[in-house]
Amino acid sequence: MKFFKIFSRKSGNVARERLQNVLIADRVGCSASTLENIRSDMNHVLSKYVEVDTKHTDYKIIIKNGNGVHSKQPVLIAYIPFGQAENTVKDA
Amino acid sequence: MSEVYVITSGKGGVGKTTTSANIGAGLAELDKKVILIDTDIGLRNLDVVLGLENRIIYNLVDVIEGKCRIKQAVIKDSRFPNLSLLPSSQAKDKTAVTPYQMRKLIEQLKSDYDYILLDCPAGIEQGFSNAVAGAEHAIIVTTPEVSAIRDADRVSGLLSSRGIEDIHLIVNRLRWDLIKKGDMMSVDDVVDILGLSLLGCIPDDEQVVISTNHGYPVIDIKSPAGAAFGDICRRLTGDEDEVSYHNYRRGLLNRLGRLLKIS
Repeated sequence: MKFFKIFSRKSGNVARERLQNVLIADRVGCSASTLENIRSDMNHVLSKYVEVDTKHTDYKIIIKNGNGVHSKQPVLIAYIPFGQAENTVKDA
Repeated sequence: MSEVYVITSGKGGVGKTTTSANIGAGLAELDKKVILIDTDIGLRNLDVVLGLENRIIYNLVDVIEGKCRIKQAVIKDSRFPNLSLLPSSQAKDKTAVTPYQMRKLIEQLKSDYDYILLDCPAGIEQGFSNAVAGAEHAIIVTTPEVSAIRDADRVSGLLSSRGIEDIHLIVNRLRWDLIKKGDMMSVDDVVDILGLSLLGCIPDDEQVVISTNHGYPVIDIKSPAGAAFGDICRRLTGDEDEVSYHNYRRGLLNRLGRLLKIS
């Protein structure tokens, strides 16, 4: 069954998307596993102050467009869905 | 005064040496005085691609070590009167020469040539450092494949960090049949991903193999690749603006009436 999934998309498009992701990681020196570590550390810190839907948080590095490739700014974008906000620091 | 170009890629086998040889021959045919320098010390190839392998007496390392004068090592190509080659050494390795020595050599050559083209070895170590040392402009050669493009991106960053901002892209070995089916990234895909200025694109053409076997630059042979290199040279000299996409299929038809031009 997996074979069908692999070959249903045009390989040229797959290659392009993979490259875009890997180049972003290469350029900022931030691999997928580093991003995962950032995600879990951020979830932990945020959870001390507010209720956060940790299952659905997402951190992405995107390139903010400028003029020419090396004046493009890599930016870390966070998607953090809140639960109920807390006013006091939770007990550890 | 010369324009000094380094032709590089990061990835090996994408067509740097073939591109260097053909741009050199093409510019020479446009009446520019050109010197090609093979900076791949220990693995020289520019000489054999140009069919000049039997003319080598001295090489780049001999010149830098002071064993001979520059003029003794430089080979003039009798087929292309404006084209000269400074071959590399097959015996030594990349540590035989330093970037400082390359810069000094290029300074000495500048007054004699319109174009100095440095054929860079694969990789990003000392061979690369030596090749980019005296360069003012860069041509990055890539193919529409993930590994080549990734390496091209890295090299592009390294060039910028060394102060070379005028970077041009050549996309080589295009297979229009695969691109049409969506099984190869298009030239636009590659340009978008890398964000570099496109100098030209070259179709995958068996005539390149045949010409290299003969030791003759494909630019002089009526073929899709030859035509593509011709366009690239005219764009470099400012004689042409638009990038043309040479269709391999049209090339197959051309093959029926192809003439071998011998100057």
